[in-house]
Amino acid sequence: MLANLPILSLIAFSPLLGVILLLFIPKDQGRWIKAAAIAATLVPLLLSVWLYTDFNNRTGDMQYVEQMPWIHIPLNQEAEGLRQFESFFFQFNYSMAVDGISLPLVFLTALITTMAALAAVHVKKRWKTFYMLLLLLETGMFGVFMAQDLFLFFVFFEITLVPMFFLIGIWGYLDKEKAANKFLIYNGLGSAVMLIAFLILVSTAGFSTAQSGGQASLFYSGDIKVIAHNLFSPDSYTNTKPSEFVQNPFYLSPGMKWALFAMLLVAFGVKLPIFPFHTWMLKVHTEAHPSVVMIHSGILLKMGAYGLIRFGVLLFPAEAKQWAFPLAVLGVVNILYGALLAFRQTEFKLVLAYSSISHMGIVLLGIAALNEAGMTGAVFQMVSHGLISALLFLLVGSLYERTQTTMLDRLGGLAKTVPFMCGILLVAGMASLGLPGLSGFISEFLAFAGLFGVMPAAAAVGALGIIFAAVYVLRAVMKISYGPMPEHWSGMRDARFVEAAPMITLVAFILLLGVYPSVLGQPLQQTIDVLFQNITTKMGG
Amino acid sequence: MDQLQRLQAGDLAHLAPELTLVISAIVLTILDLVLPKRTDRNALGWLSLAGIVISAAFVAAQLNSDKPVQLLNQSYRIDDYASLLKLVFLTGTGLITLMSIGTLEKEGVRHGGELIYLLLPATLGAMMMASSGDLITLFVGLELLSITSYVMVGMRKSSVRSGEGAFKYAVLGGVSSAILLYGMSFLYGMTGTTNIGQMSVVLMQNLETYHALIYVSFFLLFAGFAFKIAAAPFHTWAPDAYQGAPTPIAAFLAVVSKAAGFAILFRVIYSVFFGVGDARMPLHTDAFAAIAVLAAAAMIAGNAMALRQKNMKRLLAYSGVANAGYLLVPIANQFMTSPVHFSIFSEFIFYLIAYLFMNIGAFAVLMIVNRASGHDELSGYAGLYYRAPWTAVAMSVIVLSLAGLPVTGGFFGKLFILFGTLQAQTYWLAAIMIVTSVISYYYYFAVIRQMFMRTNFEGSEIKTPVPLGVAVWICTAATVLLGLFPNAVVAYINSIFSLAADFMIRQ
Repeated sequence: MLANLPILSLIAFSPLLGVILLLFIPKDQGRWIKAAAIAATLVPLLLSVWLYTDFNNRTGDMQYVEQMPWIHIPLNQEAEGLRQFESFFFQFNYSMAVDGISLPLVFLTALITTMAALAAVHVKKRWKTFYMLLLLLETGMFGVFMAQDLFLFFVFFEITLVPMFFLIGIWGYLDKEKAANKFLIYNGLGSAVMLIAFLILVSTAGFSTAQSGGQASLFYSGDIKVIAHNLFSPDSYTNTKPSEFVQNPFYLSPGMKWALFAMLLVAFGVKLPIFPFHTWMLKVHTEAHPSVVMIHSGILLKMGAYGLIRFGVLLFPAEAKQWAFPLAVLGVVNILYGALLAFRQTEFKLVLAYSSISHMGIVLLGIAALNEAGMTGAVFQMVSHGLISALLFLLVGSLYERTQTTMLDRLGGLAKTVPFMCGILLVAGMASLGLPGLSGFISEFLAFAGLFGVMPAAAAVGALGIIFAAVYVLRAVMKISYGPMPEHWSGMRDARFVEAAPMITLVAFILLLGVYPSVLGQPLQQTIDVLFQNITTKMGG
Repeated sequence: MDQLQRLQAGDLAHLAPELTLVISAIVLTILDLVLPKRTDRNALGWLSLAGIVISAAFVAAQLNSDKPVQLLNQSYRIDDYASLLKLVFLTGTGLITLMSIGTLEKEGVRHGGELIYLLLPATLGAMMMASSGDLITLFVGLELLSITSYVMVGMRKSSVRSGEGAFKYAVLGGVSSAILLYGMSFLYGMTGTTNIGQMSVVLMQNLETYHALIYVSFFLLFAGFAFKIAAAPFHTWAPDAYQGAPTPIAAFLAVVSKAAGFAILFRVIYSVFFGVGDARMPLHTDAFAAIAVLAAAAMIAGNAMALRQKNMKRLLAYSGVANAGYLLVPIANQFMTSPVHFSIFSEFIFYLIAYLFMNIGAFAVLMIVNRASGHDELSGYAGLYYRAPWTAVAMSVIVLSLAGLPVTGGFFGKLFILFGTLQAQTYWLAAIMIVTSVISYYYYFAVIRQMFMRTNFEGSEIKTPVPLGVAVWICTAATVLLGLFPNAVVAYINSIFSLAADFMIRQ
């Protein structure tokens, strides 16, 4: 049914239509702007629901492939050896597709952006620009999860950078500009490392010959398929030693591959974030507007994990195997460091920020396991943490609106005045600490189960994080909900409908994932099966 | 070489672009002289623009000729390399003339007509440099450009800074010309000719004899050129000259004058020194190292110094130093022997075109801001979003392009250069290039921060003169289009241009 529609492009670019629509609404029509923006986020949400139901769970291949040449640059052919060829060029395609790993993330993006647009009712100024940037950001995020060409992926990855800079820097709290700068520089450096790795890949493994009508052409390509093919086929230029073929400039030595994996790890590690690169995200979590943090924590961090899987593990399985132990150690460090520091924080947003670090550590562990259970767990954890952290920051936004503080020692007893919100907070907290029946449990279980098979010690230490999670989550939630309440808060209103709707939606999805994980497991399973069949043959040595 | 070929009347047709500029300059000078004092001098601007457009049309007609035209015994060459660069110069001067129309009074230039017609001989000088096949022609062109530039920098006669800038520029420019001449004299001494095309053969034959002298002449010439393109450590004049000069002239120095410097650097270094050397005297690798080190120095120094600037003209000057570094990278790369990488010229010219539009755009916006605030400080941009929202959006696009973020011409240009660098496997240079680019985010985004995140309560809505606004939007549109459809430009250049025939002069 969907096969004839460019459904992915529709999803990815429908937010831009919203941007254009918003351009024509006068600045002072706040109500209309909000309504139009929320409607604009509903379009990709509905489309992605449709996509999700239409997705073929029985195949692990890329689906809904859209491909067309975008940038086709002829290169100079005057050198002796190049003249005999028909053409010599490099080509980047506009090429979009989804498989079982990207599909859930596309849906997550659509869902959380809508929720964030709803949560943005608390934004106090310049709504029009805010929503336009939010929609632009959404396009970038969709693109990241759909792009099948290194160049296209990079472009979308960078496109998320600019609107995010504005969203943090204009609508945040006191120290917003510093946070925006820190965000920009850290992520800019991460992207820079990624770009170098990508271009090295394109200029070696992206190099191919093609026959058309008796004439041969040479080209560089950014297509993931081409690159994967060259990386894995033993007789490609990439795997031909310079000693066997004159001066082969396309040879990727094992050392170079190792370095490329390391570069990708750094590039995506900044986004994820992995332990020493995490300071920027604390700043963003505390200083940005909560609805922006919903997107940041809910989706942007997942881009790091997604990139690490898509480009790190899938293109360099053998190197990933060499790196498995360091990865697991990094994961454990993330979990424990995040958990311990979350326990020490007096600011609720920082508790959540450190808990994000801790939870992203579990994703790393799942990846490090390099088996099906671990990878499934990693993807589950990405989705689950996306939902939970979005919900938590939605609550932070609503609470801050009423109390004007997020300091734990000044909050308390809110269960008396705002029982509904505190109830939701409790659910979110339970999900976060991994209570069975909620989404956090199943993902952590899978990730640790995967790792126990290969690195029991690392898994055992990492599992301590779950205990710590219970401690720091309960500590924060209890402090906010119970205990003495300052007198002047007694007349506080509970959640309005526009706040309650996204809370209930997110809780519903958290529950759904907890009690019926197949909803995510089904599309995922085939993809991961196929990938691991490929990987295990390639990891061989 | 037996007898000097004479210039025939028919050859003048080949010089049509240059002659058009000469005639326009003369007509404008006379008009400016005879027109009554109170007449609006804007008409001169439009006339000058017409001359530039006609000249550009002649250049465009010369593109893609079967064979390079050579005049006066190889001393003047009309090939696609020269023509493409001439189009860059003329586009730059055209946009700069456009933004000068009706705005010079406020810039502190009392006699606007002078500035308008002096731009023409300066551009002519640049065009001669691009076309020169002989060191003498080259030097004449260079001096024509330089001397008119010295005058134009000092044109804000009531401003002390303008005088200071002009003086510094003239003194340092004179020194650099002297260094260049010194280097040329060595070449002449070794080869007995001033013809660029004949030198490399003679040098190759006498490698043993001239060993050290070849290096001396290379480094002297290179230093002289580096001054013109304002690459660190030969850049110290740039911030002062830009700050003192009227804004359109600062843009001229940053774009046209710099591009002209690159035109001769690229040509001379390649025609004379490429392929010279052997295993015992590896000029090839040494030249690569020298150019690459200079590129790295320019990128690092330019970006690091720009971090501290509060004055927009100085910031753009340092950003220009960094950009000179990026542009040197493809030039360095060819000296690395990679069996498949030969697209240096496409990389170079694409980034130069992108640089042209984003830089002139930035200077044009600076003029708008300066008209409103009366100064060039960064704080003048505060709250621009509220006072002139569309200008703020245009400036954001330009700044993103300068920073190298997608989807803009600056992004693709840098990507293309970087890709070439990695094809040549010069990893360290690529790393420096990209890391310094990220550092540059900091000061480029400072402009964005001022425009969107700060407020200026005194400012009212800003009115922009139409020609200036048009210049801003041409630059912005070109920047975006170059980012979205780079293939059109690169494919065209690749289809007409040949490294061997159009670029290297060899006999």
